[in-house]
Amino acid sequence: MEFLASSLFDPFADNGFMRRALVACLALSAGSCTVGVFLILRRMSLMGDALAHALLPGAAIGFLLGGLSLPAMSVGGFVAGIATALLSGVVARFTSLREDASFAAAYLTALAAGVMIVSLKGSTVDLMHILFGSILAVDDLSLVLVAATASLTLLGMAAIYRPLVVECFNPGFLAALGVRGSVYHYAFLALAVLNMVAAFQALGTLMALGLLLLPAVAASFWTRQVVTMALVALPMAAASALIGLLVSYHSSLPSGPAIVLAASLFYIGSLLLGTRDSVRLRIAPPAHLRA
Amino acid sequence: MSAALRLVDVTVTYDRHPAVHHVCAEIPEGVCTAVVGPNGAGKSTLLKAMAGLVRIARGRVEIPERSQDKLAYLPQQSDVDRSFPISVLDMVLLGRWRDIGAFGAAGPADIDRAIHAMEAVGLHGFERRPLATLSAGQFQRALFARMLLQDAEIILLDEPFNAIDMRTTADLLALVRRWHEDKRTVVCVLHDLEQVRSHFPHALLLARELIAAGPAEETLTAANLLRARAMAESWDETAAICHPGEMAA
Repeated sequence: MEFLASSLFDPFADNGFMRRALVACLALSAGSCTVGVFLILRRMSLMGDALAHALLPGAAIGFLLGGLSLPAMSVGGFVAGIATALLSGVVARFTSLREDASFAAAYLTALAAGVMIVSLKGSTVDLMHILFGSILAVDDLSLVLVAATASLTLLGMAAIYRPLVVECFNPGFLAALGVRGSVYHYAFLALAVLNMVAAFQALGTLMALGLLLLPAVAASFWTRQVVTMALVALPMAAASALIGLLVSYHSSLPSGPAIVLAASLFYIGSLLLGTRDSVRLRIAPPAHLRA
Repeated sequence: MSAALRLVDVTVTYDRHPAVHHVCAEIPEGVCTAVVGPNGAGKSTLLKAMAGLVRIARGRVEIPERSQDKLAYLPQQSDVDRSFPISVLDMVLLGRWRDIGAFGAAGPADIDRAIHAMEAVGLHGFERRPLATLSAGQFQRALFARMLLQDAEIILLDEPFNAIDMRTTADLLALVRRWHEDKRTVVCVLHDLEQVRSHFPHALLLARELIAAGPAEETLTAANLLRARAMAESWDETAAICHPGEMAA
């Protein structure tokens, strides 16, 4: 019992960096669950992933100018992410190229450019930090950034919730009413980019989407209502962060992949045991009703 | 009879090829107008142009100031993601968008009206059901309930009775008739000529270009229908640039 307590609590009690990492991840989970749910509902999971990779050249230019400084890399990443989202949207709207294809083209360009730029100045270690994250280096400034992002995301999603839902399931409806639905689409993309920027220091640009998306995907095996999906995803994201950090601490493994893998376990568990469309229900379907 | 909508030389293109070509027509106010034509004749595109959903390459759609905010559009079913997790009541309540907007709360009066609209389309007791559990016919009824709530003066319906059984069609046609009695303008894309003849006094016959427009029985003559059917469905890849001055009749 004592061993359990010491292995669960001592890492956080003894180390400031573990406490900061935990708080950062919990704040991240709180904000990003709603974003993740809408990424799924908009069928944009893979586009979100592409967007996360697209942060890299911006972060790399920030790195080039300011070294491994969080504000510089965050601003760079945010600008690059927004630019990619806007350009892909514009390309898709004004040419016959579909949005997923233009996202893929944009992100491949961005990833290649990013790796080139980091390699210009930094070492392989720097590149690994940017690609896979280094949550154990979270400082007070990053905590403020993550907390501000989480607050802004929750308020922003509350503000655009209704038009975003309508845009998701019936895109022409708002347009026929003369409302510019695309404004809400871009506001949502901006919030998504903001969350990925907040996540990339902890999880790296390659896996920034992990805490956003995996819990939301897992939640879709338990419920199909927008709000409850976010509410189910939240504790799973928080638990993934806790488990991932502890595993990373005790086994000296990189924290980003540990957290994302923990979230994957929740996904696989939900896929097997969930109450909707899960493997369990496929193998042993419950008896049907009379009417 | 004044016009609820005036189409002035409307051309809509996909990839420079016209889907709707130099169409001039007037949609009379307070009358049910059917838009008829073969597949690929540009009927849905014309409706989208009226609703402002596609870019018009040439010409314009004129809507009088007073009814500009009073337009409702029913998309083809494939344009809606029916698997989206939203309840039928919430979907129907969207018909009140102009009053409650993005932030307003739907009050008891709004919910009451929504429930009444759902009863009017025969969806009593479906309020809490997720949209995904509705059949095609029930879903169409729900979309009509939303339109009832929109209280629009100009109602655009794109193939509302596709894949809908006879009973549902009859119920929904009764609603169209009610709109007609309320002196609302209904424009409806239809394939069934019997339905047109018995419910729509006015018709537009389209085959990319306007073949005929006017009272339904004068428009849908055998000769006109034959001309519409003769429309080439495929694009002419070698087509020259269209200069309106030289347009053949």
